[in-house]
Amino acid sequence: MLKIENLHAEIDGKKILNGLTLSVGAGEVHAIMGPNGAGKSTLSYVLGGRPGYEVTEGSVTFQPSPVRASTDSGRTVDLLSLEPHERAASGLFLGFQYPVEIPGVSFAQFLREALNAQRKGRGEEALSGGEFLKLAREKAGLLRLDMEMLKRPVNVGFSGGEKKRAEMVQMGILDPSFAVLDETDSGLDIDALRIVGEGINSIMRRPDKAVLLITHYQRLLDYVKPDVVHVLAKGRIVKSGGPELALQLEEEGYEAVV
Amino acid sequence: MATLPTTRDEDWRYADPDWLAAADPVALGQWRELAVPAGETLRETLTVGEGAERIRVHVGRDARFEIFAINAAGPYARAEVEVTLGEGAHFEFGGVTLGGGEKRQEFVTRVLHAHPNATSNQVVRAVQWGRAVGNFLGRIEVARDAQKTDAAQNFRAILLEKGASANTKPELEIFADDVKCAHGAAIGALDQAAAFYMAARGIPPEAARKLLIRAFVADAFSAIDDAGLRGDMLEQALAALDEEVV
Repeated sequence: MLKIENLHAEIDGKKILNGLTLSVGAGEVHAIMGPNGAGKSTLSYVLGGRPGYEVTEGSVTFQPSPVRASTDSGRTVDLLSLEPHERAASGLFLGFQYPVEIPGVSFAQFLREALNAQRKGRGEEALSGGEFLKLAREKAGLLRLDMEMLKRPVNVGFSGGEKKRAEMVQMGILDPSFAVLDETDSGLDIDALRIVGEGINSIMRRPDKAVLLITHYQRLLDYVKPDVVHVLAKGRIVKSGGPELALQLEEEGYEAVV
Repeated sequence: MATLPTTRDEDWRYADPDWLAAADPVALGQWRELAVPAGETLRETLTVGEGAERIRVHVGRDARFEIFAINAAGPYARAEVEVTLGEGAHFEFGGVTLGGGEKRQEFVTRVLHAHPNATSNQVVRAVQWGRAVGNFLGRIEVARDAQKTDAAQNFRAILLEKGASANTKPELEIFADDVKCAHGAAIGALDQAAAFYMAARGIPPEAARKLLIRAFVADAFSAIDDAGLRGDMLEQALAALDEEVV
């Protein structure tokens, strides 16, 4: 579903990714672990198309679920050639490590705008206010986020845990085929971690979807069982294995394993 | 006004010098005078036109004067509001400048807290592009016996393109010792982190820009308690954008 080949990327002339190769198939959950500064967040921003992250070599091809889009259906997309909002419309979701606060724009307004822009990009009808609210209520319920929070400005005054749960509500509403979740577990207490983990499973654990989980710790992987665990160091994948690799990392540390 | 002011005069420092040199001193010396009787409330809305417009308001004891203004005109458009507050009175000002090209738009306010317990709140937002300039000069004077004065002033500008600029000059003259006077100012570009966050959710750049500008401009009208009027002012202000930017 997502194929990253020999990806090199830099920020302000500083090389961060050095030939990263990774392939995630439909129905799979892959975890990327690695020490600070390995390039984990850079990978997520490069996939999302954040300005300032320059790809100097390599390719990323994306094959969205066939349920999507007349336009992208079953077709392979050269992800790096798309604008960030086009990547989202093609079915990519980027969960932020630090969700951005946007004063003056309500969550409901923001999400409805996002959903309808994506639907428009795929040639689908816009959702009415009532349809949107029904969908939002269902997904907020799944993540146990109070619907009242959706009336508030985007992420403003949300606690760390609320921001992360709100990210997952957004994921539920936008219904992507591929999610890159950058340290979605950071800032969560034990209960919130379980709720978020269950949310990821219920939204993304489907045969036609896939997830790339970027995390520092093994604990989220207790709830969202990965099919493959990769270790990222110095901008490339240095080791891959099954779920047991995450446990080994947790016990022995990165230095011993890398 | 016997002689024309020049840009060397503090209140005119950011004015258009060519316009000023050609101005009619008699017309420039004229003020629209308003008085708000004790205990009453007066709300004005103002669409600033080309040239200079000056309003002088006396706000009576425990009275309230509100003025909300849109300045999208040019090539030079200036609104001046001078307010004298009685005891316990309140002045509320919300202003927006929006313009591109070579437009020069400004608000100049002078708030005289002449008596105790009066409050004032001023919120000005500027959205400029092209080579346009948005200015806010706000002077607050607190008289010696105007204790318990609470005056606030906030200016923020978004410059959508290189070449646009904004100036602000808060001026506080305080002769009483038990007062609160707050002022804040920030000039910058649209929030790029917010724009990318919106893009990552599928919102195209033009729509993201519109949402962010809308939220920014709305600050100036948030004190309008009538939701209908608040919405109308916002739409009227944003209409000035649609033709030229985004």
